[in-house]
Amino acid sequence: MYSIVISNTLTLPIYEQVKNQIRLAIINDELAVGEMLPSIRQLAQDLRISVITTKRAYDELEAEGYITNVQGKGCFVKPKNFEFIREQKLKEIEQHFSDAISCGQLIKIGGVELHEMLEILLKESEDGKCTGN
Amino acid sequence: MENALEIKNLVKRFGKFGVHDVSFSLPKGYIMGFVGKNGAGKTTTIKAILNMLNRDSGEIKIFGKDNLKDEAEIKQKIGVVMDSPFYENEWTLVQVGKALKPFYTDWSDTKFGDLLHHFNLDPNKKIKELSRGMKMKIMVACALAHDPDLLILDEPTGGLDAVARDELLETLQAFVKDENKSILFSTHITTDLEKIADYLTFIENGKIVHSDTKDNMLEKYVVVKGGLNVLSPEQKKLIIAYHETKVGFDGITDKANLKSLPKLVTEPCTMDELVVRFNKEGRNNKE
Repeated sequence: MYSIVISNTLTLPIYEQVKNQIRLAIINDELAVGEMLPSIRQLAQDLRISVITTKRAYDELEAEGYITNVQGKGCFVKPKNFEFIREQKLKEIEQHFSDAISCGQLIKIGGVELHEMLEILLKESEDGKCTGN
Repeated sequence: MENALEIKNLVKRFGKFGVHDVSFSLPKGYIMGFVGKNGAGKTTTIKAILNMLNRDSGEIKIFGKDNLKDEAEIKQKIGVVMDSPFYENEWTLVQVGKALKPFYTDWSDTKFGDLLHHFNLDPNKKIKELSRGMKMKIMVACALAHDPDLLILDEPTGGLDAVARDELLETLQAFVKDENKSILFSTHITTDLEKIADYLTFIENGKIVHSDTKDNMLEKYVVVKGGLNVLSPEQKKLIIAYHETKVGFDGITDKANLKSLPKLVTEPCTMDELVVRFNKEGRNNKE
């Protein structure tokens, strides 16, 4: 089961909200490979948004390789492209690291301390896994 | 893309008023909001589409056919909702259906009955007994009962409460679920448009100011704000509806202009903002 929730107060454009939530549902296996997405016009009506906005979300998901549009039949979830998802996750990690660096610069925390913090956090999460078993 | 409606260089003069060189088109399968304040030329344009007035010049095509030459054929496939019903006040809703039926080859009594039921309308009520919201609903029911491909609504949400407006929007979206159906509706209530319109056409003083997809329009423009004396006179010209106060200025601008402007505070544009600013700009140009 997956749901799509649109916020009108977010600055994120509506098509991106739709796109992000479908993408997340695919990555988290809430939408299975081969599953059919609601038709563009049905989803537009359900979310009370325009057809063009919905179409754009689907077009971009198709361009990014998450879904495929079969003419006259509908849009289906494609097998996950792990290379691609990995690439995206790597970018995210880089972003978080650079956020941490600039945050450190604000209070003069340098590379050595950051490395130490990372070591501690890594160890903690590994320990957590062990006790978790 | 195939167009459900295509207007080219429409001119109709009423003394100082009227529409001047109006051109726009509505692709098949989509909803277009036709926006402008009272007297801007919305109803004149709609009446010209329906051949309810003699235009001075221009061309209008509906489903690719000329709206004068093939009027009878085209009108079989158009549903119209004006601001008030033109049915006899003493008629009951059943009688309204009976009166309209002979005009349409595709009229369906079943569909008409279903629509009355869906809208919670009592078929035995008389037109004069209906509230504003119910009158709009009976017009929509009549417009949909003959299976039109193009629905034209003139200020359908005017005077309706929030619940009735929402019901209408839902009905309109259900209608375009079939991708052969299209809708043109005029309004000045932007929240309605913000939700469901695919295309927007702005009319101001009888001229089309903008016609594009809603998403493009909202993405194209940005609200800019800044202090006094930061813009040169040339830069001020890039701001639409430039408005100055004692402490600063605001306006909207095409995002492409941002690179030729100094660093300013920017905010995403809302529909309301667009309507108000285009309107102001129109007034500024007129003065």
